[in-house]
Amino acid sequence: MARITAGVGSSHVPLLGVAVDQGKSNDDYFGPIFAGYEWTRQWEKEQKPDVIILVYNDHASAFDMKIVPTFAIGCGESYKPADEGWGPRQVPDVEGHPDLAWHIAQSLILDEFDMTIINEMDVDHGLTVPLSMMFGQPEAWPAKIIPLAVNVVTYPVPSGNRCWALGEAIKRAVESFPEDLNVQIWGTGGMSHQLQGKRAGLLNREWDNKFLDMLIGDTDAARWIPHIEYLRETGSEGIEMVMWLIMRGALGEKTRLLHRHYHIPCSNTAIGHIVLEPVEEETVPA
Amino acid sequence: MTIDKGAPAKAPLNIHEYLAEFDDIPGTRVYTAARARKGYHINQFAMSLMKAENRARFKADERAYLDEWKISEEAKQALLARDYNALLDMGGNVYFLSKLFSSDGLPFAEAVSTMTDMTWPEYRQMMLDGGRSPEGNRSIKENLAAAAARAQETGKDN
Repeated sequence: MARITAGVGSSHVPLLGVAVDQGKSNDDYFGPIFAGYEWTRQWEKEQKPDVIILVYNDHASAFDMKIVPTFAIGCGESYKPADEGWGPRQVPDVEGHPDLAWHIAQSLILDEFDMTIINEMDVDHGLTVPLSMMFGQPEAWPAKIIPLAVNVVTYPVPSGNRCWALGEAIKRAVESFPEDLNVQIWGTGGMSHQLQGKRAGLLNREWDNKFLDMLIGDTDAARWIPHIEYLRETGSEGIEMVMWLIMRGALGEKTRLLHRHYHIPCSNTAIGHIVLEPVEEETVPA
Repeated sequence: MTIDKGAPAKAPLNIHEYLAEFDDIPGTRVYTAARARKGYHINQFAMSLMKAENRARFKADERAYLDEWKISEEAKQALLARDYNALLDMGGNVYFLSKLFSSDGLPFAEAVSTMTDMTWPEYRQMMLDGGRSPEGNRSIKENLAAAAARAQETGKDN
């Protein structure tokens, strides 16, 4: 059967994509950011995941205001990098895994998560920057990707609890897929940042680190954080962190920390990165 | 046939209370449904700049291009002036407005700095120094209460 073997959280600032694409990832500004991903790049080479369920948000690229799906899953064969106004990133096309994606979509709907299904779309920096951070510049991405797009722009966005519960349902769905697949789930976006208004530039190192703490071990406190707290404490765009809760929910009751990194700033944003693995409790025979 | 009704449904959040709290955050316009409705055509105009041929037509004659859209005169003036705070008030959203920054060749952070009361070099330095602190930036009501308390303290001292 397929199983979720690890969860990865990462910011997806577009400037990081620019740094990779222009070969600036070792300079004084970007060096300390990328250094925190070295461990993960090595680890991913050893892990060789077959499929990554990549939870991200579209930034007015594939979706405009005509249609705003709360949760949408990509069931297509492949996706091209989007033109975000300065030409598409020169990165490989993203190959999907339609068999597993359709299996998850069907299972989620039966599990009462009414997903939007996407067959064709372009994917923007929200999806391709985390791939560059974890895999560098390969000729083809080394895993199949199932994009899972979340509305975190138009309010109300989904609650933290709903995101966590969706993660739990994704775990059940993956585990009922008969093929033996090594599946990772990534939650992207955040951490603290505000890109608008007079309060723009807000960052909150202390809160972000508490949030990272809450993803580790057997606590589920993070699922109950209300939207207003993200808005007040982490800036208007910090709400993207609810997407990390889908990742965390999919890892089951307990996690173990494998790697963690935090850096301020990257452009307007606090960079956070975490690698977790699920801890399956031994079932003790009665 | 046995029907398992499961756990009783939890009462939903009150939407009015949920939305009212958003207005208490200093210097922030949360992109609510009301703003999304108001700014629909501003945001769809901005979205149209994703296409190279539209960018070229817009750059050739900004006013003529804007006149093709159902946008108020006030919003057209704000778009021509790149007054992003005014556009946020009219329902613009930064992810859509960023298509206009890109068309202007303006880096995202520099465009964001124009919404603050800082110059771009000042804003960039603030970010390098760790960003804007959440202290004093969480709640308008809390700030007013703290200011009132300070005023009372000063009054006592006199």
